[in-house]
Amino acid sequence: MLAMKRTAPHILPGFSLSLGITLLFLCLIVLLPISGLLWQLGQLGPGDFIRVMGSERVLAALRVTFTAAAAATLVNGVFGLLLAWVLTRYRFPGRNVLDALVDLPFALPTAVAGIALVALYDRSGWVGSLLDSVGIQVAYTWWGIVIAMIFTSIPFAVRAIQPAIEELDPDEEAAALTLGANSWQRFRHVILRPLMPSILTGVGLSFVRSLGEFGAVIFIAGNLPYKTEIASLLILIRLDEFDYPAAAAIAGTLLGVSLLLLVAINVAQTRLQSYLRTGG
Amino acid sequence: MARKLLILLAALFLGIVVVLPVIAIFHRAFAEGWGTYVASITDPETVSAMRLTVIATLFVLPVNLVFGVAAAWLIARYRFFGRRALLVLIELPFAVSPIVAGLCFLLIYGAYGPVGAALEGWNIQLMFNLTGIVLVSLFVTCPFVMREVLPVLMVSGEDEEKAALTLGASGWSIFRHVVLPNISWGLAYGTVLTMARAMGEFGAVSVVSGAIRGETMTLPLQIELLYNDYNATGAFAAATVLAGLALVTLALRGVLDRFGPKRRAHT
Repeated sequence: MLAMKRTAPHILPGFSLSLGITLLFLCLIVLLPISGLLWQLGQLGPGDFIRVMGSERVLAALRVTFTAAAAATLVNGVFGLLLAWVLTRYRFPGRNVLDALVDLPFALPTAVAGIALVALYDRSGWVGSLLDSVGIQVAYTWWGIVIAMIFTSIPFAVRAIQPAIEELDPDEEAAALTLGANSWQRFRHVILRPLMPSILTGVGLSFVRSLGEFGAVIFIAGNLPYKTEIASLLILIRLDEFDYPAAAAIAGTLLGVSLLLLVAINVAQTRLQSYLRTGG
Repeated sequence: MARKLLILLAALFLGIVVVLPVIAIFHRAFAEGWGTYVASITDPETVSAMRLTVIATLFVLPVNLVFGVAAAWLIARYRFFGRRALLVLIELPFAVSPIVAGLCFLLIYGAYGPVGAALEGWNIQLMFNLTGIVLVSLFVTCPFVMREVLPVLMVSGEDEEKAALTLGASGWSIFRHVVLPNISWGLAYGTVLTMARAMGEFGAVSVVSGAIRGETMTLPLQIELLYNDYNATGAFAAATVLAGLALVTLALRGVLDRFGPKRRAHT
């Protein structure tokens, strides 16, 4: 099925061997487990699926997860652009360090990030105690979930936008300046506009990552059903109750939404790029 | 003026959101003094969690290296039906959240899953032990090596390999003397990324490990356990080990970036 028919024969050796290794690995590690989820979903009738997903607690968990992810993504869109801009356009002492630190959330295990955030934001923490004195509580609330999601997904936003800024033509900014555009106009039309496809990608990836984030969130979330319980945690709770169909229904929804979003980002990015190229 | 303000704002954001939490880990770990810290990280359960984490990683790494190189070679050097689909499939684990990934493994390889139930007949259990931990770790690290090796193979081209072939070299000696030297930097990157991720994975591992104290606890799981046991100092002490590892990973990547061949900025 995968064998090649029409094009030139494979000259270099190793086709069957590398194909065999790749397929064996992918079948055992990726395809089979994913089909395990689909199999469990298949055993679940549409009625059961709706009953699981329509329950108050699941709906509340989905609401918490999606709103927090949206808020985190908004912040990451703004600060991702800022960081990408500063790191690409400016040369200043410590730039390399700042650039490396962007990847820290990517390198730091999520459970470590989770307890680190609690240490910082709970009432005895450096930031938490400051906020507490003005009556704001972050740890064990919805805001805590947002903070954790910002932490884990900021690298996705920065790294998606950075290459696009490198490709911007500084001459166009200079031209806009000579033509008398003010700084807001220059930002909107000469910088933001061509960056839109990459910002969309960064924001999209950051949102998908936030939807599925678990380790960093559960320590700071408080995990109160209906209030601060995220969808991933509810899957784990259903699993501990041996309610596999319910766990599979929530997981299938989460996975489906993530995949749809990734496809949508891809399509939207291609469309936007061609629109910008032709529509000018 | 605006420039300075933007730099300051960016540094401030990263400092508060990303750097401060990491400093807080070390602060809490050493809050009760050096002695308590040493006692915490030499606690037998924590040490056994570290051992298990290292053992699991030692299983994951070679498998992922073999798969990554094979997949990159396949995709870089041959044109065949389904090549694009294969690439998407390799990248798929990045789109699956950790808990969902763990659940998928449980549903197929667990005692109630079709494969797990069949293996049960032969007295083979794959979940809630080291095998389960290794399997999900392979899933979450799946694209890392391939992603690093593929672009290197694409850039290096196949002329040298074809020349070696014409000169009568065997497949193995082409790989050993031509391909391997070319992809060594990519392999180094892939190794670092795979190790860091395998040692730190939490969500997926927590679903399939069974979390038996002193037996199937990896270091991230042990951190959660200590934290929930109100042994915060112990949890933060254990966390410094993984945080230190993350910092070493970043430093290594910095070194590879500086001394290795120029690679794309995107990770």
